[in-house]
Amino acid sequence: MRHTLAQNIGVLRRMFSSKLAGILNILVIGIALSLPAGMYVLLQNAQGLVAQLSGTPQISLFMSMDAKADDVDKLRKQLEQHPAIARVEFVARAQALEQLKQSTGLADVIGGLNQNPLPDAFIVYPKPSAAQSLDELRIELAKLPKVEQAQLDSAWAYKLEALLKFGRMVVLILASLLSLALIAITFNTIRLQILTQRDEIEVAKLIGATNGFIRRPFLYFGAAQGLLGGIMAWLIITISLLLLNHQLNALSQLYASQFVLHPLSLGDSLTLMLFSMYLGWLGAWLSVARHLSQIEPR
Amino acid sequence: MISFNQVHKRYPGGYQALKNVSFEIAEGEMVFLTGHSGAGKSTLLKLIAAIERPNHGSVLVNHQNVGVLKSRALPYLRRNLGIIFQDHKLLLDRNAFDNVLLPLQICGFDYRESHKRVRAALDKVGLLKREKSNPIALSGGEQQRLCIARAIVNRPSILLADEPTGNLDTEYAQEIMAIFKSFHQVGVTLLISTHDESVLQNTNVRVLALRQGELQPASPFATSGGSGQAASTGSGQA
Repeated sequence: MRHTLAQNIGVLRRMFSSKLAGILNILVIGIALSLPAGMYVLLQNAQGLVAQLSGTPQISLFMSMDAKADDVDKLRKQLEQHPAIARVEFVARAQALEQLKQSTGLADVIGGLNQNPLPDAFIVYPKPSAAQSLDELRIELAKLPKVEQAQLDSAWAYKLEALLKFGRMVVLILASLLSLALIAITFNTIRLQILTQRDEIEVAKLIGATNGFIRRPFLYFGAAQGLLGGIMAWLIITISLLLLNHQLNALSQLYASQFVLHPLSLGDSLTLMLFSMYLGWLGAWLSVARHLSQIEPR
Repeated sequence: MISFNQVHKRYPGGYQALKNVSFEIAEGEMVFLTGHSGAGKSTLLKLIAAIERPNHGSVLVNHQNVGVLKSRALPYLRRNLGIIFQDHKLLLDRNAFDNVLLPLQICGFDYRESHKRVRAALDKVGLLKREKSNPIALSGGEQQRLCIARAIVNRPSILLADEPTGNLDTEYAQEIMAIFKSFHQVGVTLLISTHDESVLQNTNVRVLALRQGELQPASPFATSGGSGQAASTGSGQA
């Protein structure tokens, strides 16, 4: 077994001996893969941002200004018993005013008011599994007594989510096309390898090599090239993100926020490399199946 | 060991290489195959190794009809044959040692055993000191001996040699014949083709003579060559 390995390494070394062509191939594969994978990274980041900004969806219920403590209790009980609602949070009007003062820095303006303009409010967290759509729930809650207004927060997040879905579809199409390109590149590389090693293949067949024995090093070569291409793609993405983050840092300081692009996760990195390796193997397999049978000793 | 029964071989395009050839070679026999170029010697050897298939008749090697072998079974037939090619078919991208190593790698021998066998084979043909040389740096005779080393490293029971002395001067040719005789002495079955009948003059072996694809009756050199003195022309035409 060790011997087979050593022999295969020898074959691989011979195959990689044309260094420039090999490096160019790996570069092409890397660039081709880094496009969809890079877009995927940006989408993941956008999605993280959306999740961060919107949190879980919630419905704000504003009560009418004349609601009494009694009405509040009654409404709370109703809400807590509602099957589609997971949790309810009550924000008393005084508390809301206090928060407003602190968060906006409008303390002076608000202090000048002679009465609290804010109503009592409930923040309703729907159950994620609820069959009812969020908008239906909002309409239903708006009809409850003493409810002035029901407002579905983070509706914009849903629109953005739809946009992200569109983006994911674009990535999927792009990834499929470029995967085909990768298979084609490997197919052609292996075809050339088979042609240049025609003599060796012929002799090996003459002295009793099985097809599996002849096929194996080409498959390894395809897989190795794919893997190196995947690593190249990973490097391209990681370095690009480092450069982009450097610029983003300056930008986000202007907006007084903390936003950085996260790199590929460990799992995604591994998936990228293994997928690329698999595609290389597949391209090699197709090429070998097509071309090896044409070489018969004469 | 090897048996041809009314074998015909016609190549695509209509060229009739072998006509109604029948003979038998017993285990441990050393047989020469003579004839001018184009007489069908190479075709006959190729039929034994199943590089070509007969159009008619059967070719048996170890009681196995190789003419109808599935391509999946071919490697295992060929591992039992040592083939020496007129044009060597040595690989120029590796040294002499690795050329001889190839058949053992194909059969999956382990590292230590295969290296031992390669050295033994190289020693046998007198090339142990040249193991690091590229075949291109070897003389014609040395290349031919390297090819022999590669054919025997696997210890096959049958050795086929196609014009092994074809391009060599007499001295080298004698050397190679001596090597073949030593294999014969340890019981290997040999079939050696040659167009140069001078190498046979001092030898005492059975000869199969081909002329235009047909086997000729009893050759002048033929004396006792072993148990299987069964050479015959199938059709009896002369």
